[in-house]
Amino acid sequence: MHNEYRELSWQGLWKNNAALVQLLGLCPLLAVTSTTINGLGLGLATTLVLIGSNTTVSLVRNLVPNEIRIPIFVMVIAGFVTITQLLMNAFTYDLYLALGIFIPLIVTNCAIIGRAEAYASKNPVHYAAFDGLMMGLGFTSVLVLLGALREVLGYGTLLAGADRLFGDWASVLTVSVYHADSAFLLAILPPGAFLGMGLLIALKNALDNRIEKMFAQQQPEKTVTRARVTTESN
Amino acid sequence: MIRNIGKNGAILAAFAILTTLLIVLTSLATDSTITQQQQSKLRQTLNTVIPANLHENDIAANCVIVTDAQLLGPSANRRIYRASVNGEYVAMAIEATAPDGYSGDIDLLVGTRLDGTVTGVRVLSHRETPGLGDKIDASISDWILAFNGKRYSDESRSRWAVKKDGGQFDQFTGATITPRAVVSAVARAVQFGQQNQSELLQAENNCALDTDHEDNAHAQ
Repeated sequence: MHNEYRELSWQGLWKNNAALVQLLGLCPLLAVTSTTINGLGLGLATTLVLIGSNTTVSLVRNLVPNEIRIPIFVMVIAGFVTITQLLMNAFTYDLYLALGIFIPLIVTNCAIIGRAEAYASKNPVHYAAFDGLMMGLGFTSVLVLLGALREVLGYGTLLAGADRLFGDWASVLTVSVYHADSAFLLAILPPGAFLGMGLLIALKNALDNRIEKMFAQQQPEKTVTRARVTTESN
Repeated sequence: MIRNIGKNGAILAAFAILTTLLIVLTSLATDSTITQQQQSKLRQTLNTVIPANLHENDIAANCVIVTDAQLLGPSANRRIYRASVNGEYVAMAIEATAPDGYSGDIDLLVGTRLDGTVTGVRVLSHRETPGLGDKIDASISDWILAFNGKRYSDESRSRWAVKKDGGQFDQFTGATITPRAVVSAVARAVQFGQQNQSELLQAENNCALDTDHEDNAHAQ
């Protein structure tokens, strides 16, 4: 049974990562990742919506007729996004101002309805919620990575504006890596986001290839056990 | 078939009611916090454009609402906040818009003494290019502080321009349009304050803490 959790984590964080593999939710991803904190903020908001919508969709999966499931999923997701937006407006006001239009845009993030349709509507609540968490974290980690990359290159800082997300004490978290008189524009503007995203995808594929090769080299010695392992995992 | 449609319709309606209900509940629960956040943000900005020694009153709760497309920018219902010491008005904070920024409107809050000396300017919202025009934002560069203590009058009008145009304010490397727009918008705002001073100071308070003001804040 616990294998399911391990599989969900592996799928969400790496193998089927919403941003790097499924390439879903690119619009908010590319638009807000000019700093680490903006990326983290939107990532956490998306994760929250994913967990909420996955849980709800899974809870009602037996009540919802097949023909009208999509409008109902959309309604559930839109509801959660609006609630998240209100909560951010109330409790992280500065971040809300910074992320602005991109919070309502979470609705259009296909990763969310994709998970509702592909997983949550067919699986029990605890798995669906866990899947939401892992998919969200996978998405968030890409947002944070890309944000950090662009922030270091563009502004020469890391975690600037952490106080907007965590409160005043967090301003000590900001690291100044180097000081530039004028920002490196390419990294901050949208083209930088595309370039950074491309590099991240390439890096992931390179890592995957290397791991595959390592396994391929080990494989011949284990030919006997291989058959058994495969049947087990099925 | 018909029965099926009816059933599905009912289920859809039930979900619509349920989600709406949830949103309404959240909205009710967060409403006062959101208003409070907006007010405290406004207070914070007002306090940076009008220094503490120039006001004893709650500036955010004392304003006149005016419209002047020429001097304050196209949007209607701009607020002029009034600051008083010992019951006498000594300064104003004027909402203004520079409609000629590099990409869209730049909303400003301009603090000025009654004699036309600027006490502080802050950019409330803008969409200028990151790394170039966004240096007008106080969180990015100190440029906006150059307005502090500058006095606007009809004689000094020609000095209210960027250096490239023969004025006293720096432009940015690679971005002249943005600072040019901000400088002239600030000048126009102060000019508006000077021209209409007596009416502005005598007018009734439109911002006394009431629900009407909150509604307006939401509408923005």
